[in-house]
Amino acid sequence: MRVNFTVNGRPQEADDVWEGESLLYVLRERLGLPGSKNACEQGECGSCTVRLDGVPVCSCLVAAGQVEGREVVTVEGLADYAKQRSCGHQAPEGHDSHTGEGTELSPVQQAFIDAGAVQCGFCTPGLLVAADEMLERNPNPSDADIREALSGNLCRCTGYEKIMDAVRLAAARQGEAV
Amino acid sequence: MDFLRPASWEEALAAKAEHPTAVPIAGGTDVMVEINFDHRRPEYLLDLNRVGDLTEWEVGEDTVRLGASVPYTRIMEDLRGELPGLALASHTVASPQIRNRGGVGGNLGTASPAGDAHPALLAAGAEVEVESVRGSRLIPIDAFYTGVKRNALAADELIRAVHIKKADGPQQFSKVGTRNAMVIAVCAFGLALHPETRTVRTGIGSAAPTPVRAKTAEEFLNAALEEGGFWDNGKIITPSVAKQFADLCAAACNPIDDVRGTASYRRHAVGIMARRTLTWTWESYRGTAATTEGAA
Ligand SMILES: Cc1cc2nc3c(=O)[nH]c(=O)nc-3n(C[C@H](O)[C@H](O)[C@H](O)COP(=O)(O)OP(=O)(O)OC[C@H]3O[C@@H](n4cnc5c(N)ncnc54)[C@H](O)[C@@H]3O)c2cc1C
Ligand code: FES
Ligand code: FES
Repeated sequence: MRVNFTVNGRPQEADDVWEGESLLYVLRERLGLPGSKNACEQGECGSCTVRLDGVPVCSCLVAAGQVEGREVVTVEGLADYAKQRSCGHQAPEGHDSHTGEGTELSPVQQAFIDAGAVQCGFCTPGLLVAADEMLERNPNPSDADIREALSGNLCRCTGYEKIMDAVRLAAARQGEAV
Repeated sequence: MDFLRPASWEEALAAKAEHPTAVPIAGGTDVMVEINFDHRRPEYLLDLNRVGDLTEWEVGEDTVRLGASVPYTRIMEDLRGELPGLALASHTVASPQIRNRGGVGGNLGTASPAGDAHPALLAAGAEVEVESVRGSRLIPIDAFYTGVKRNALAADELIRAVHIKKADGPQQFSKVGTRNAMVIAVCAFGLALHPETRTVRTGIGSAAPTPVRAKTAEEFLNAALEEGGFWDNGKIITPSVAKQFADLCAAACNPIDDVRGTASYRRHAVGIMARRTLTWTWESYRGTAATTEGAA
């Protein structure tokens, strides 16, 4: 079957999609967007987290056919998504908002690097999407808020402390910016 | 495999009538796991995401009519006052990502004894509104669970909504697991005080082939509370009454040993949760007889 939907602001058409296929598979294997990771395919790890019409979901548990006509944001589009949110206008010309190439990092991405919250990096895309969405809803999160928002994302490397640091840092910088 | 995409409830019912083997998919948080792991290869998937009615709810005089696909996140955030027990149970489901997709209709469709909505629905009192092209009917929640992962739906029926009694007193939900997120219940317990009818209702999860009420325990407690005038005098429930209630709740279990826990642990834990949830709700009833808020 064919599925038409918007990914990172750009209309996409995926062909020959098997009816039982997940959104995650379509993104990675058909649209060349391997940022969302496949670790468990059963909703346990959160490394496949994307936003579906703005809402964070596990893309491994969304059937491809369910996204027909809807909007998906993946980690590749996170920087432009964050930029549009802060400027309230379209992303500047010349950037490929589809793959994220040539785009500046979003504040959350930069904070993960600065805080040393990335080790093997496999969990990172899902955490970034989840953390960014929480900061959008809740600009001044408590530690409990952060833990709750990230409770669906597993990391086998960092022990989570640096991830907590990164999200606190992103929140603090976001606060300074306004 | 075929992917059916009805745009309305009527179309969904027509599709289910035409293809009774079609597997409905709402949040997909149960269905997609089975497909990803090749445990299930349905001939037809029937997508319910386009049926907007299913994600809406109506707060009526006595009940909330909760659309089958209202995600847990909405229940937690928007229905805490009307459905405190279900809101607490919803908050213990999986993770934010899963709660953004999954809902009570899917929990009822799967009818796992470990589903977290069930104890809360049993305790609050609920009816499941199901419909087919043949018509619509209300199934009392007690009659909905018919076996391990089996429910009372006919092959051509879909769940439209759940009618849940609005809380008229404190409600609690308690769940035993190894961590605070992303955990399937070892066992779970829901309890609701109904001051208007002077009754207490319970729901037990993961400790019998289906979710069940502890009816003997409820009858015992209802009689003891009536006899002692507790609803009027608001006294602390006698420890011996609470203990007997807890023992009867444990006795209502028919658990198995599995990877998550042993049968005897489950029975023991249900007794503890029964006593605690009774104490918490009764304290809150005594504190503010009119309160309908559940404590976190
Ligand atoms: C990682 C993970 C953790 C989980 N943790 C928990 C947990 O802690 N507690 C818990 O209770 N559950 C848990 N679950 C299970 C699942 O999230 C719930 O059962 C959820 O309520 C299912 O809802 P859904 O909309 O996603 O259902 P779906 O997967 O879309 O459907 C589930 C079943 O219901 C049927 N169905 C759906 N809607 C209808 C309808 N309107 N009419 C008729 N049939 C219908 C489907 O055909 C299917 O058989 C977890 C799942 C995952 C992946
Ligand atoms: S791959 Fe989707 S949650 Fe793990
Ligand atoms: S950095 Fe390796 S899993 Fe998180």
